[in-house]
Amino acid sequence: MADAADTPMLSARALSCARGRVRLFAGLDLAVRPGELLQVAGGNGTGKTSLLRILCGLSEAEAGELMWRARPVREVRDDWKAGLLYLGHRNAVKDDFTPLENLRFSAAIAGEALDADRALRALVDIGLRTRLDVATRNLSQGQRRRVALARLLCGTRAALWLLDEPFTALDAAAVAQLAGAIAAHVRGGGAVIYTTHQPVDIDVPTRACVNLDDYAC
Amino acid sequence: MLSVFATVLRRDLLLAWRRRADVLTALGFFLLVTSLFPLGVGPEPEQLAQIAAGVMWVAALLATLLSVTRLFESDEADGTLEQMLLSVEPLAVIVLAKVCAYWLLTGLPLVLIAPLIALQFSLSPQETGIVCATLLIGTPTLSLLGAVGAALTLGLRGGGALIALLVLPLYVPVLIFGAGAVDRWRAGLDVDGNFALLGACLLVSLAVAPLASAAALRIAQD
Amino acid sequence: MSEPQSSAARLPGAPGFNLFHYASPQTFYPLAGRLLWPCWLLAAALCAIGLYIGFFVAPTDATQGDSYRIIFIHVPAAWMSMVVYLAMAFWCIVGLIFNTRLSFMMSSALAPTGALWAFVALWTGALWGKPTWGTYWVWDARLTSELILFFLYCGYMALQAAIDDPRRADRAGALIAIVGAVNVPIIYFSVKWWNTLHQGASVSLTAAPTMATTMLWGMLVMALAAWAYTVGAALLRVRAIMIERERHTDWVRQLAQGGGSRT
Repeated sequence: MADAADTPMLSARALSCARGRVRLFAGLDLAVRPGELLQVAGGNGTGKTSLLRILCGLSEAEAGELMWRARPVREVRDDWKAGLLYLGHRNAVKDDFTPLENLRFSAAIAGEALDADRALRALVDIGLRTRLDVATRNLSQGQRRRVALARLLCGTRAALWLLDEPFTALDAAAVAQLAGAIAAHVRGGGAVIYTTHQPVDIDVPTRACVNLDDYAC
Repeated sequence: MLSVFATVLRRDLLLAWRRRADVLTALGFFLLVTSLFPLGVGPEPEQLAQIAAGVMWVAALLATLLSVTRLFESDEADGTLEQMLLSVEPLAVIVLAKVCAYWLLTGLPLVLIAPLIALQFSLSPQETGIVCATLLIGTPTLSLLGAVGAALTLGLRGGGALIALLVLPLYVPVLIFGAGAVDRWRAGLDVDGNFALLGACLLVSLAVAPLASAAALRIAQD
Repeated sequence: MSEPQSSAARLPGAPGFNLFHYASPQTFYPLAGRLLWPCWLLAAALCAIGLYIGFFVAPTDATQGDSYRIIFIHVPAAWMSMVVYLAMAFWCIVGLIFNTRLSFMMSSALAPTGALWAFVALWTGALWGKPTWGTYWVWDARLTSELILFFLYCGYMALQAAIDDPRRADRAGALIAIVGAVNVPIIYFSVKWWNTLHQGASVSLTAAPTMATTMLWGMLVMALAAWAYTVGAALLRVRAIMIERERHTDWVRQLAQGGGSRT
C-alpha cells in the first residue's frame, strides 16, 4: 500500500515544449503522487496551458519522457487516458443544450455513464438549481463555467484532474465550493494539477508548486 | 464503443434540430445550383436530360464541400473536440458518428429531393431511379472524404478554398462512377458495374476515412 | 522529437554504414551539398545526349512526322510526375513511422519539382495534341489523370503553406500525400473507365507500337536526365528547408559563421 502511494501517478522528465518556433520551457521535471496537489505557476506565456496539454496527451512534447504510474505513457495509453480528467480554458459546453444535457453528453463522450439523478444533484450542488432547463446560451460566463465544473462533482473514475484556470469567472461562493471539491478529491487519494492566477486557499495536507519561470528559455 | 457512437449521433442530430435553419443551407444550395443550369444551357428537354446526372452529381459534390467545413468547427471552438480526443473511446468511432449525423442531415435530404430535380430535367422514371440510387450510395462517400479534408484544414486561414483543393481530386472516382451510371443506361449498357464500384468506394472510405480524420484531428490539435 | 539525431550521436564511430546517421539534418546537409554538383552535371550531360538522340538520331515517324519528337520531353515528364508523388508518399510514411524530421523535409522538397513535371507533361501533351488531334486539349485518360495529379500536388503544397507550425504542416501534409497516393491508381482507373465509355479520344498518347529502338533509347536517356535533375533540385531545396527550420540550432549558426562553405 505504501508502495502504491509512493509511486508517482504522473511524472515527467526533462520535458521541453515549443510552440511554433518559440521554445517555452526546457528540462522540466515533475511528479505528482496520490494525495498531492500540484500548482503550475508562471507568468503569461510561460507555457502553463501547453504543459497541461502535454500532460494529458493533447500535445506532444518537443523532448522528454512522460510516465503514468511509473510506466511510459505510450505503453499504458488506455490507463493513462482513463485516469485523467482535463478541463481547459474552453468549457466544452454547447449553447443550445441545457446544463443537464451538456453534463450528460460530456460524461458520455468521455466514456463514463452518468445517470440523470447524479447529474442533477451535481448541478444543484454547484448552484444551478434555477437554471436546469434553460439553454446554456442564456447563462452568464460564470454559470457556464459551473456547468463544465459540475463534471468534477458527480463522481468520475479519473484519479488525476488537470484543471486549467478553473477559478476564472467564478464568484466567491463557487470558488470556495470548487476548492472544497478539489480538497476532497485529493484527500480521497486522488491528485490534482492546476493553474491559477488568483490566490485560492485549498485545504490539503501536501501541496507542491512548479514555477515555469524557472524553466524558461 | 457502440454507446458512444449512439450518443454522439444523437447529440449531433439534437444540436441540428435546435439550429434547424443551418441544416437547410446545403439543400438550398443544391436546389439553387441545379435550377440555374437550365437557365444557363437552355430549356431543351433532350439536352437537359443528357446533362442531368452530371449536373446533379456536381451540385451534390459542391453542396457537400460547402457544408462539410463546419463539421468539426463548433466542437473545436467550444473545446468539445479536446474532450473527444481525450476520451477513452476510439476517436475514429466518434468521428464516424459525427459523419453519420452529418450525412443524415445534408446527404440524405439531397437524395430525397433528387427526384424533384430529375423531373425538372425531364428524366424518365428509370433514369430518376438510377440517379437517386447512385446518390444514395455515393453521398456517404462524399461525406466521409469531406471529413478528412475538414479535419486537415481545421482552423486554417482560407479553409474553404483549401478544402476544395484537397478533397475535389479525391471525389473524381465517385463522380465518374455515379454520374456515369445514367449515361451507361441511356447507351443501353449494364449499370451493375457502376453500383459495384460505388459500393467499393463507400466501403474503402468507410474503412479509411474515419481513421484518417481522427489522425488529422490529433495533428490539428497538437 | 529528435530521436534519430540522438541515436546517431550515441553511435559516433559505429562500424559499417548506419542509415540513421544521415537521418539528421546536421549530417545530411554536407552530404547533400557534395551530391549537388554531380547531379547537375549528370542531368546536363544526359539531357544533351538524350536531346541529340531525340532530334538527330531517331527517325521521323511515318504517321506523325516530326511532331512526335516531343515525347522525348513529354513521356519522361509524365513518368517523373508519378514517380515523384510516390517518392513523396514514401518519405511521408517513413517520417510518420520513424518520426524523422528529415523525411518530411524531403517530401516538401520534392513537391514543387513533381508539380513542375506534371505541368510540363500537361503542357507538352497539349502542344503534341494540336498537330495530332487538331486540338490542344482532349479529355484523354492519361491527360485527365495527369491534370488531377497536378491538383493533388497543388493541394499538398497549399496545405503546407497554410499551416504555420512546421510540425503540424509536416504531418498534415503527410496524411494528404498518403491518402492521395492511395487514390492515384483509383483515379487513373476511373478516368480510363470513363474515357472508354465516352469514346472521346481513342488515340492514346503512347506512341506507335512499333517504336524504333533509337526512340526508346532517347526516352530512356531523357528519363535518366529527369531523375538526375529531380534529385539535384530536391537536394538543393531540402538544404534550404533544413537551414530555415533549424536556424536556431548550433550547427546552422556554426555554418553561418564558417562563411557558408558548401560542405
